[in-house]
Amino acid sequence: MRDDPPSSPSRREFLQTTAGTAAAAAIAGSVGGPVVATAGAGVTTADGPRIEGAVPITLRINGKDRKLRVDPRTTLLDCIRETVDLTGTKKGCDHGQCGACTVHVNGRRVNSCLSFAVMHEGEEITTIEGIGGPDSLHPMQAAFVACDGYQCGYCTSGQIMSAVALLKEPCGADDAAVKELMSGNICRCGAYLNIVSAIQQVRRKA
Amino acid sequence: MPAGADLPRIDGLDKLAGRAAYVDDLPTPGAWHGATVRSSVPRGKIRDIHFDPAFDWNDITIVDHRDIPGPNQLKLIDVDQPVLAAGEVRHKHEPILLLAHPSVHKLRDALRAIRVDVEPLPAILDPAAPLTPDLIQYKSDNVLKHIDIRQGDPGPVFARAAHIIEGEYVTGSQEHVYLETQGMLAQWQDGRLTVRGSMQCPYYVLDALTHLFGRSRDAFRVIQSPVGGGFGGKEEYPSLLAIHAALLAEKSGAPVKMIYDRQEDMAVTTKRHPSRTRHRTALDKDGRLLAMEIDVLLDGGAYVTLSPVVLSRGCIHAAGPYFCENIHIRGEARLTNSPPYGAFRGFGAPQTIFAIERHMDVIAARIGIDPVELRRRNLVRTGQPLATGQIYKEPTDLPALMDRALDLAQYKARTQSHAEFNKSHPFLRRGIGFATFHHGAGFTGGGETYLASEVWIEGKPDGTVELQTAQTDMGQGTTTILTQVVAERLGIPTEQVRVATPDTSRVPNSGPTVASRTAMVVGKLIEQACDDLLHQLGRKSGDPEISDDIRRHASLPGKSLVGRAKYQKPASIQWDDKTYRGDAYATYSWATYVADVEVDLRTCRVRVTDFVALQEVGRVLNTTLATGQIAGGVVQGIGWALYENVVLEDGAMKNCQMTNYVIPSAGDLPPIRVVFEERPSHWGPGGAKGIGELPMDGPAPAIVNAISRAVTTTINEIPVTPELLLKATEGRGHG
Amino acid sequence: MQVHRPYTLHDALALMAATPTPTPIAGGTDLLVSWHHKPKEKLALLDLSQLGGELAAMRLTADTLELGALTTYWDVIASPEVSRAFPLLAEAARQVGAMQIQTRGTWAGNIGNGSPAADGVPVLMAYDATVVLQSTRGRREVQLDGYYTGYKKTVRLPDELIVAIQIPRRTRKAEWFEKVGARAAQTITKVGVAVVNDEKGWRVVANSVAPYVCRCRNLESALQKGQKFKSPEEIRDILKNDIAPINDMRSTAAYRETVLSRVLFYRLADKA
Repeated sequence: MRDDPPSSPSRREFLQTTAGTAAAAAIAGSVGGPVVATAGAGVTTADGPRIEGAVPITLRINGKDRKLRVDPRTTLLDCIRETVDLTGTKKGCDHGQCGACTVHVNGRRVNSCLSFAVMHEGEEITTIEGIGGPDSLHPMQAAFVACDGYQCGYCTSGQIMSAVALLKEPCGADDAAVKELMSGNICRCGAYLNIVSAIQQVRRKA
Repeated sequence: MPAGADLPRIDGLDKLAGRAAYVDDLPTPGAWHGATVRSSVPRGKIRDIHFDPAFDWNDITIVDHRDIPGPNQLKLIDVDQPVLAAGEVRHKHEPILLLAHPSVHKLRDALRAIRVDVEPLPAILDPAAPLTPDLIQYKSDNVLKHIDIRQGDPGPVFARAAHIIEGEYVTGSQEHVYLETQGMLAQWQDGRLTVRGSMQCPYYVLDALTHLFGRSRDAFRVIQSPVGGGFGGKEEYPSLLAIHAALLAEKSGAPVKMIYDRQEDMAVTTKRHPSRTRHRTALDKDGRLLAMEIDVLLDGGAYVTLSPVVLSRGCIHAAGPYFCENIHIRGEARLTNSPPYGAFRGFGAPQTIFAIERHMDVIAARIGIDPVELRRRNLVRTGQPLATGQIYKEPTDLPALMDRALDLAQYKARTQSHAEFNKSHPFLRRGIGFATFHHGAGFTGGGETYLASEVWIEGKPDGTVELQTAQTDMGQGTTTILTQVVAERLGIPTEQVRVATPDTSRVPNSGPTVASRTAMVVGKLIEQACDDLLHQLGRKSGDPEISDDIRRHASLPGKSLVGRAKYQKPASIQWDDKTYRGDAYATYSWATYVADVEVDLRTCRVRVTDFVALQEVGRVLNTTLATGQIAGGVVQGIGWALYENVVLEDGAMKNCQMTNYVIPSAGDLPPIRVVFEERPSHWGPGGAKGIGELPMDGPAPAIVNAISRAVTTTINEIPVTPELLLKATEGRGHG
Repeated sequence: MQVHRPYTLHDALALMAATPTPTPIAGGTDLLVSWHHKPKEKLALLDLSQLGGELAAMRLTADTLELGALTTYWDVIASPEVSRAFPLLAEAARQVGAMQIQTRGTWAGNIGNGSPAADGVPVLMAYDATVVLQSTRGRREVQLDGYYTGYKKTVRLPDELIVAIQIPRRTRKAEWFEKVGARAAQTITKVGVAVVNDEKGWRVVANSVAPYVCRCRNLESALQKGQKFKSPEEIRDILKNDIAPINDMRSTAAYRETVLSRVLFYRLADKA
């Protein structure tokens, strides 16, 4: 009645199979600038240990230069999470519609799911891990504790990255202005009003 | 720190610093990715599955229904749902095959290289549509569950009623949109299939694995990772995903991670049941309820899943917090060829409470009585029965609770000022509305007895205690408040209390984290387990020697120090599941919510401009966390009432992106004033009752009551999208 | 998949002349939304973000504002001079998605993507903007209101890049913009309209009501003749020949048509 699925190999066989495909990927020649990134179909990428068809890039993340090899299809978000292993930046929608993946690029907040890692060569990237740790909270993180600006915590990294960036953006004094500027960060637990309080607390102290 | 003193979230610092490891954050060297091949039609026979011969299938693990070791059944209330479709598909997106590969990219290519040929069969997509024999797919009539609740005899009363008011109320589905999509990681570890992931009910997952693989419980270990929001969406669905990941892990021999992307998550997972509720009500000339006939219809989707219990909670709440001697509530959940609908915060109650609270305003308008006065005359009072015959014995004066909420919202003054405003503005209209309602805490009827929950508290050699329950923290603060409960009961500092990660290999089954039961039901058991521990030590709460005693006892070789408690039904609770008579819940939380709205008649957009949420939830364990949870529920309620429109195509959600399915953002919210009236209850720890679901019930009817007044049009359907409001107000002028 | 990263416009134009023609990408805020579901093998991208210089600059002179192709919404929001000279640009910019989109999304990208719901295009078209296209073959200027020829179809030739947008400075008697979406912010437009009345006359530009962002020329000529409207229905009747709204999962044709006419009616009557 149906085609029998081809039998699946063991994990061991698989490793042998992929070892042979490395040569399939090629780096294409460049007409323009120095970086031209190419990846063939079915090439293992940032989600596996061997990165074939990947190109070398240097990203400056949280003040440290990271020399990486990434598949050109890799978004900045996947690169941060899978290649650099900084998992504090979250994937909520992968379509620029929720803000969970917000990071700073050259001081401005962006959705890291909406650009490719290779487009950020040489740029200054800051993630939640570069903002503050449990023992060295950024004032914004401390204000989120004080105002209970989070529940499940999944949107929280993005909220804090947005909130920290907002401090340097033109923003009116009232809550409505803060709400407008924070509207790109969706919180399904509905902690919005506490998030606004936290931001206002930090702005008042600044 | 004692309970009530607002201990900050225990899991907070990790979350704020991006260190909490959700399932997709776990380091998993060598893990493969899993994916699902699904049905593209709502119903049909699988004719052929075609694998593109040009594609290299060598290194892809493929699982179909023949790889299932035990019965191909997802164990829930019934076992009618297969985990992988065998011959027939019953809904669009039904899983047919599973694939795994180390590369996401190759996996995506593999998905594109498979074609499933399905011969379509007639599908039923509307639960109210007439049935023909070829549409029958469950028992003889597609009815997944039927419920009758009877009190008195409504029939004859209608003949002598001064008023008979009828109405039909419709609520749409709702997608959970937890920010963390569903995800599971399955792998062989220490001779056991171990599953980690985002879930509300580790023991549901364990039971489902045990049933499907036909192995003993010891063959599996289920561990909860931090949960990025649940709201009911991670009650039953994770069992299916865990099974899928486990099947792939078993066949491939590799750890397999299945993380849904947003689009897949929205398309295939459970959602709130769409509903249609009809009311026919008899009243005397003063507006007293004489008889209520209520007909509740839920769209259950393609399989039974949790629809029977969702219907049950919905029906029990359908007559509202009112006294009426003659009631007949008739409820049905019917099969359609939609992906199964499931648990969502409120669990059927928001649907029927929307109906009764809109209906009360419709009655008031129809018979010319103030909606406040109508409720005042009918709110249940001490000694009177609710719909199931449960006698009201609570300390709260419901009319007084209502009045306080209305005062907080300046209801009278605003009613007047809105009338003035509406006369003068060219296109803005303002209205204020409210809802009085209740929500039962814990499992319905005999549910808690059936669960027989158990909790343990183990003394550790370092003098601390570890609380062991299966209760999961998905943002509602479980870990924090249960820590408070232990600290308060034992009389030790909160720093000496640890809460174990829910892991079925080391915590007892204290039941699922659902149904507003954790704080109240499990919390009460924790108090009893604490008492057991104190008893074993021969100490009283707060004795300064407790820590030293724990250290000494727990350090004894070969000894363990564990306080235990198991749920036993209190003798005072009487419930008959056959007749649906008796104490449906040990207790309820009570509330009045007031919404102020402004409607722009040009765009038909509604803005909620102010919101008051007043509730009596027993004693509040942690005011900060409770306030956040209530406000969050109100936000979801605002979303359900105004924005969240599940667009169906072939019975399945079509608008599967966060720009096309719109949930509230920061900019859409009014100030939300959350106020508690504290009356300690003896059912929960320190006097607490359940609060998790309550705030989902009130916003929609309060908001739609306000809109109906603002635009002087009867709106009986949600979501009140601008498109719906445009239709409802068309032909009435707007300037 | 290939990503080219030229450092000069010259190199970029050379790459655009190659086969297969790469897709230009600047902010990525439109392109990456749908890229996951596209087969990647044949995808070639031309990353413009390294070009800088002329392409990244905004130039405000006595008679023109020129936005280089890499000008973001943020650049306009953050410039008090540009915001003052062309207030609708700033107003529209603040309503594109949310701040995280505004910092990367470009005006030229918004034009190039050709979405009927594009939020940046109505105000540009109402200000009578011109699109500057360049290829290895040369440079040409196209009126924005003649740029679109159909759904996601434009007059841009495959090898041409949008290099700049030019907006004339004129004395304006009226200018306003209104966006109607499903929520207060971070929303896709259901109906949007930008209106400018300057020395060259009225321009009424609507989005999400036709296969591409379009001028409502019948309404413009009615306004030009000084017609006053007694009801939104009068405007709706005129608009019937200007727009062609559809039902989709975000809204309905009836809603779009009715709301557009109501918004116009109250704004033109100066009641909102």
